[in-house]
Amino acid sequence: MTDVLHPSLLLFFGAAVVALLRGRLQQAWMLLLPAGVLAMVFSLPLGSAGAMNLFGMELLILRVDTLSMVFATVFAIITLIGALYALHVRDTTQHVAALTYAGAALGVVFAGDLITLYVFWELMVFSSVWLIWCRRNPVSMAAGFRYLIIHALGGVVLLGGIILHFLDVGSVAFDAIASDSAGYYLILIGFMVNAAVPPLHAWLTDAYPEATVTGAIFLSALTTKTAIYTLIRGFPGAELLVGFGLVMALYGVIYAFLANDIRRLLAYHIISQVGYMVTGIGLGTIMALNGTASHAFTHILYKALLFMGAGAVIHMTGRAKMTELGGLYRYMPITFLLYMIGGLSISAFPLTSGFVSKTMILEAAALDQRAIVWLLLALVSVGTFLSTVLKIPWFAFLGQDSGLRPKEAPWNMLLAMGIAAFLCIYIGIFPGWLYSLMPAPVDYNAYTVGHVLWELQLLLFAGVGFFLLLKYVGGKPKISLDTDWLYRWLLPKVALSAERLVDSLWSRMLGGLMRRLTWLVTTLIQHHGPQGILARTWPTGSMVLWVAVMLAASLLVYYL
Amino acid sequence: MTLGKWLEVLVNNGVVLRRIMYVFLAGLVIADLLIPSSYDRFPWESWGGFGAAYGFLGCLLLIGIAKALGHWLVYRSEDYYDD
Repeated sequence: MTDVLHPSLLLFFGAAVVALLRGRLQQAWMLLLPAGVLAMVFSLPLGSAGAMNLFGMELLILRVDTLSMVFATVFAIITLIGALYALHVRDTTQHVAALTYAGAALGVVFAGDLITLYVFWELMVFSSVWLIWCRRNPVSMAAGFRYLIIHALGGVVLLGGIILHFLDVGSVAFDAIASDSAGYYLILIGFMVNAAVPPLHAWLTDAYPEATVTGAIFLSALTTKTAIYTLIRGFPGAELLVGFGLVMALYGVIYAFLANDIRRLLAYHIISQVGYMVTGIGLGTIMALNGTASHAFTHILYKALLFMGAGAVIHMTGRAKMTELGGLYRYMPITFLLYMIGGLSISAFPLTSGFVSKTMILEAAALDQRAIVWLLLALVSVGTFLSTVLKIPWFAFLGQDSGLRPKEAPWNMLLAMGIAAFLCIYIGIFPGWLYSLMPAPVDYNAYTVGHVLWELQLLLFAGVGFFLLLKYVGGKPKISLDTDWLYRWLLPKVALSAERLVDSLWSRMLGGLMRRLTWLVTTLIQHHGPQGILARTWPTGSMVLWVAVMLAASLLVYYL
Repeated sequence: MTLGKWLEVLVNNGVVLRRIMYVFLAGLVIADLLIPSSYDRFPWESWGGFGAAYGFLGCLLLIGIAKALGHWLVYRSEDYYDD
């Protein structure tokens, strides 16, 4: 397959064309381009292309295998859905950034070597940050800069790991990284920053809620899931990922409960759901890796659907906080129902996509007899259901009337949500299509009586608990401190006190120096100044007298 | 009737919906007690109604942890980072 065009190239070229077009022509191109990319990804034959030698390193730009195809397929689908959702937006910068970002994400999953991967990895950062900045307010500007700095640091760590790995192994080929490789931990940390593994996760929940309504769809889909792809490829079965994944899943679901901003709540659920995937990668069995890949696939669709629903609310009402919303279901019923499909999917409700993918990761834990992993992941499902199916719908869409009377979202937003919702249901009812895309043959049936009974009991009885505690579970007009507190509060404070300390030391040193100088100058003035003793003008008379004294003295000395 | 009106009718009949839900919940637990479990990887997979208990208690536990964390440790006013 030497004559194959790289899908990323088409997206980069297409993004440049978007910049030149305006109006209806631009809108048409915005739909044609991702549709073309989707067709192209579907028609890619397995194999590789674009091998080249750079300074003794063997690069491989395009590697198409079953694993990269899983992610490329869903990235292409979500790019099309995201472009449709953003069709009404008259902001070329955003469109160009989103398409470049999607191209870079495809570049990562098709990269056969670590150098190519790194280049696309960085391009993802620098293109995606515009989706945050384009909200064009001081809060998103600041959040965007923090996002950029954290990812830049993560990128440096990754690059350091790649260099060490190359020096150690002598190859930059991207396959499973041996745990005795010198770059093992640095590369792992680099990937974990993008997967938003705590404590390296705060960039996500800091920045995503401040992104533009349409940009957040791309953000929620691409960065963490490329990281999941790289972890599946590079670190399958790395035991420490099981622990990190479990912490992540629980952390996200608990923090989500504290959030008031609906997109921040959903952002914490990205962390939580990616936690399932990280755990699955750590388990490392065929069932676990298939479960992880299929969960990444379904997650992108239902999470985008949830963000689109929340985005539609923000777009139509201008508000994002649960405490300021309520009673919207009468005015935005279609958005509400489509959002609910996303909510049920993320909670793994039977007949939705999450059920056929998430339960596969639990099944892998069960087959491995990992009781704690299984129980904790089941507990996280409870929390997911509480926040996304009960809390947001109750407090934003139903509940007390907030007095808001918004119109239904524009047709393109509804259609984009409708497509995502259709896929969530379709995959939930016919999981065979999803399973046929997986890297290894799937030997799993989600729809056994045992699974369905368990899941329905788990979720619905959690609902009973929720309504019992309804008085206490509403949003609060508060923010929750997270690890970004370290660089948003502590670090500036430390820097400020350090500056004050240096400042006072400096002025004290200057003061001391000044006193010495003043003393020196006064002394000099005393002796050499106009009134100084050495600068005084002596009368000629006294001079003659002294000469006479000296002559007399010399005469005396001579005669003696 | 528009979709919004339909939803409004459902919301206005919340009590009926809730009763239907109670019956459904009871049915679920009864079914789980009666149908022999098809899995035995973990002991609890054969306990009828364990899912219901775990879901309910898990819900209370998670809400409790979240509330305690927020109240004692991480909640701050919305302008915390502004100054």
